[in-house]
Amino acid sequence: MREVINYLLFGWYPYVCITVLILGSIIRFDREQYTWRSKSSQFLRRRQMMWGSNLFHLGILVLLVGHFIGLLTPIGVFDGIGVTHDFKQTMALVVGGLAGVMAFIGCTLLLHRRLIDSRIRKTSSWADLAVLALLWLQIGLGLMTTIWTIDHLDGKEMLKFMGWAQGLYSLNPRAADLILDAYFIYKLHIVLGLTLFLITPFTRLVHIWSAPIWYLGRRGYQIVRSTGRRGQPPVPSQGRRTARTISAEYPQ
Amino acid sequence: MKIRAQIAMVLNLDKCIGCHTCSVTCKNVWTSREGMEYAWFNNVETKPGIGYPKDWENQKRWNGGWVRKKNGKIEPRIGSKWRVLANIFANPDLPEIDDYYEPFTFDYEHLQKSPEMTAMPTARPRSLISGERMEKIEWGPNWEEILGGEFAKRSQDYNFEGIQKDIYGQFENTFMMYLPRLCEHCLNPTCVAACPSGAIYKREEDGIVLIDQDKCRGWRMCVSGCPYKKIYYNWSSGKSEKCIFCYPRIEAGQPTVCSETCVGRIRYLGVVLYDADRIEEAASVPDEQDLYEAQLGIFLNPHDPEVIEQARRDGIAENWLEGARRSPVYKMAMEWKVAFPLHPEYRTLPMVWYVPPLSPIQSAATAGKIGHDGEMPDVRSLRIPLKYLANLLTAGKEEPVALGLERMLAMRGYMRAKTVDGLIDEKIAQRVGLTGAAIEEMYKYMAIANYEDRFVIPTAHRETSEDALELRGSCGFSFGNGCSTGDTETNLFGSAKRARNPMEIV
Repeated sequence: MREVINYLLFGWYPYVCITVLILGSIIRFDREQYTWRSKSSQFLRRRQMMWGSNLFHLGILVLLVGHFIGLLTPIGVFDGIGVTHDFKQTMALVVGGLAGVMAFIGCTLLLHRRLIDSRIRKTSSWADLAVLALLWLQIGLGLMTTIWTIDHLDGKEMLKFMGWAQGLYSLNPRAADLILDAYFIYKLHIVLGLTLFLITPFTRLVHIWSAPIWYLGRRGYQIVRSTGRRGQPPVPSQGRRTARTISAEYPQ
Repeated sequence: MKIRAQIAMVLNLDKCIGCHTCSVTCKNVWTSREGMEYAWFNNVETKPGIGYPKDWENQKRWNGGWVRKKNGKIEPRIGSKWRVLANIFANPDLPEIDDYYEPFTFDYEHLQKSPEMTAMPTARPRSLISGERMEKIEWGPNWEEILGGEFAKRSQDYNFEGIQKDIYGQFENTFMMYLPRLCEHCLNPTCVAACPSGAIYKREEDGIVLIDQDKCRGWRMCVSGCPYKKIYYNWSSGKSEKCIFCYPRIEAGQPTVCSETCVGRIRYLGVVLYDADRIEEAASVPDEQDLYEAQLGIFLNPHDPEVIEQARRDGIAENWLEGARRSPVYKMAMEWKVAFPLHPEYRTLPMVWYVPPLSPIQSAATAGKIGHDGEMPDVRSLRIPLKYLANLLTAGKEEPVALGLERMLAMRGYMRAKTVDGLIDEKIAQRVGLTGAAIEEMYKYMAIANYEDRFVIPTAHRETSEDALELRGSCGFSFGNGCSTGDTETNLFGSAKRARNPMEIV
């Protein structure tokens, strides 16, 4: 029974979550872009936002990037560039721990603000509260894992999780067996993390997809859009389109 | 040279009576929705005052508009693109809703439902955000109406810079004027520049600045970027909204709602042709006081055959060129030079311009002299300090505003001589650099202000940009999500959705 649950949660659940994340996001982007936003509440209450939001976002970005690099990079690559397992484990612990503390403090401030401040509380949807609470729990669990990680600075536990994650993207759900004996807290952290992927398309978390980094590459500052090619008849378009789709930039 | 056309607006403050009809009709049409209760695409402020939102003209505090760097380039005052992105998690330059006001309603129901009492029941205020009781309303959309509140607070008005303002707190010297404000639909808008999503854009055909509600992600940088604080964050939808210059009406050749309903007939709408290639050059002139003239410098004469030729090559339609030749905005801004931009020092090249108000003569002795012999009073003796108007309209440069006021006084003198004394006094016109004929035309536009003179709006050429066949049965005006508000009563399992008309949702 334990094996079956382990296999379902770590062999198949990840595929469900990633599928829903990707398909759900695409469908929402296509059908309901008006709902696609960060839904910031800073305008209603600045207090606790400056510290809370900055700490949380910076921390969580470091954690996300760290998890992706740490879990998904093939072990061979680390071995090849001479990064030893215990060094990698210590780095993960130190950097991840610091970022985790940052994100946890930030998330706590944000959660406190969302629950206590009546303006924010009353204008929050159920999903807004749930997402923040789950994130808070998830960061908390992540920090708790560091306690057990300290006992495994040789990186052996880490290698199991790397093997599992890499088994998943090489389409081998049997990789779940690798972490059958991993400590309970790690497993809870993984399941909750996957669940966050699962709910992303249905919450404000979709704004992650829209991180506007390409703003840095915009030529000049101004944007001018034209409703069409002037003086010429319009070209019939294929399928659905919004009224104004043709854009042009002028350099400034 | 790349010629573009824009529908611009002029407001004749000399005739504004501060009735707020523009604000109310605008609100009823566009912003009577959850999340936008606090937002007034058009509002009327009593000046001097700190305005709405509080202190909006103080860019040291809000960092709106552009700054000119040492190398002569301009960048948004909130910072370069890197700085904008670095502040995306929490924007240090974002006003809070209390800087506008917390929207409220009253418990009207209590008036009907209260039991018999010895005291009259009252309808107490309640927040439209949290739904909680508000014991005291501390600020509202028009808190300083007709010089409401103490002078010490109102005199924080940024336009008092360089003025010994204390004497204007005294009853004998006090002055006031109205300032209706809306989005300036700038040639060099900072909101567009600050938007990391690229959701805000200027329309090539008519210059209207719009926010693509589909593409807006709610990063809130536009609110900070706009020095006029005319972009409003909708706390309910999580997207920013702004004055849309009633583009569905403009496209059909109708004036905006605020202009149409103005009882004082102070608003004018017309085409201005400008050279789009010189926008950056004009916005980057070193001296702030030259910005007004720099902006005039990129407006093009619609009677000039070369301009007409180039405009045709750039695809501007004939009815727009005809509109540009008859444009009341061009006449007031370029020919008579009685209209001025609002705060050109923000370097956004705004396109909603203002005719400064005349005011009574300060000293009674001078007052006796005006009129009969057509002698002109010194505009510096008007009750509203010239410097104050210059700070508002020309970055503090007094000469252009003085000339504008003199021309308006000359118009009065000339027409009084003509209608009361039956004299045509060409000297009055010459003194201010005009001709009698020009003054007669000014009178027709500014004093009579007939509907067809105030609004010269060529219709849009939708036949070149839209395929009517595709628009069959579509939703018309909606909030950028096709027919959906994103809030549909979805049923995944088969039963039909209730059809909703967008007007019902709005």
